Amino acid sequence: MTQELELDDTDRRLINLIQLDFPLDLCPFRTLGDQIGISEQEVIEHLKRLTDIGVIRRIGPILNTKGLGGASTLIAMRVPEDAIDRVASEINDFDEVSHNYLRHGVYNIWFTVSARSKERLHEMVNEIEAIGYPFLELPVTRLFKIGVKFEV
Amino acid sequence: MDDLDLKLIKLTQDGIDLVPEPFKEIALELEIPEAEVIDRTRVLVESGVIRRFGASIGHRVLGIVANAMCAWNVPDDRVEEVGALMAGFGEVSHCYERVRRPEWDYNLYTMIHAHTREECERTAHDISRATGISDYTILFSEREFKKTGVRI
Repeated sequence: MTQELELDDTDRRLINLIQLDFPLDLCPFRTLGDQIGISEQEVIEHLKRLTDIGVIRRIGPILNTKGLGGASTLIAMRVPEDAIDRVASEINDFDEVSHNYLRHGVYNIWFTVSARSKERLHEMVNEIEAIGYPFLELPVTRLFKIGVKFEV
Repeated sequence: MDDLDLKLIKLTQDGIDLVPEPFKEIALELEIPEAEVIDRTRVLVESGVIRRFGASIGHRVLGIVANAMCAWNVPDDRVEEVGALMAGFGEVSHCYERVRRPEWDYNLYTMIHAHTREECERTAHDISRATGISDYTILFSEREFKKTGVRI
């Protein structure tokens, strides 16, 4: 780990606080500052640094595909070693693909698709089929836990 | 949800600006008062369109570099009980039931995050002991091709 990745107490408190309870008000950073006893400007400076070093990806809405009227699924594809890079980038080209990983196993490319409608998802599955490799489509049937809060 | 909500989501999904009044610019763009931007965002959270409003964390940067998808073969009549048990593990960020396929018997999935692969394996082993489910496979991510989160 590099030197600049060292987090101080303020960083930690902010990170733990703003994953779930980001204040939705006119001056959210002032509110956060009030909560942990620092100034608005200090909050902004800490968050800017945390964003620059990649600890914070962004502060914004984490969307729920279903709530948006859309449909999602997980696809596991079986791709030969020498085609992985090409296929992965072909998959990445779909805006609807939100996560895409290479994993060890018979099925080696695993990606999630979030489409604006069931129809679009269906259409996408056909387009994915056209890539030409065997795949499993594994939609969710029950949800037990979602959403991450990392304690730092 | 109306068109304005949709625009609001599009304007915020890549992250709000780290400035004292981050919703001001968005309000100007949408030609509505700042307070309405905030109210609408709150309503979208309450109605479940937005799962949460807050920071997305680059957990790799925090040293949480091992990420394993664990697929479990759970008897159908135990899914409810086992899913709840698995979701209770702190290392498990996501837990879903997904459809089985003829060539793929697994039906429960857990995402496990840890600092090392060994920790992931230990957690999977602990889950196996706690639930009595011994048919499982750990799929470590070898490469991250894409991680954007759900976008519209």
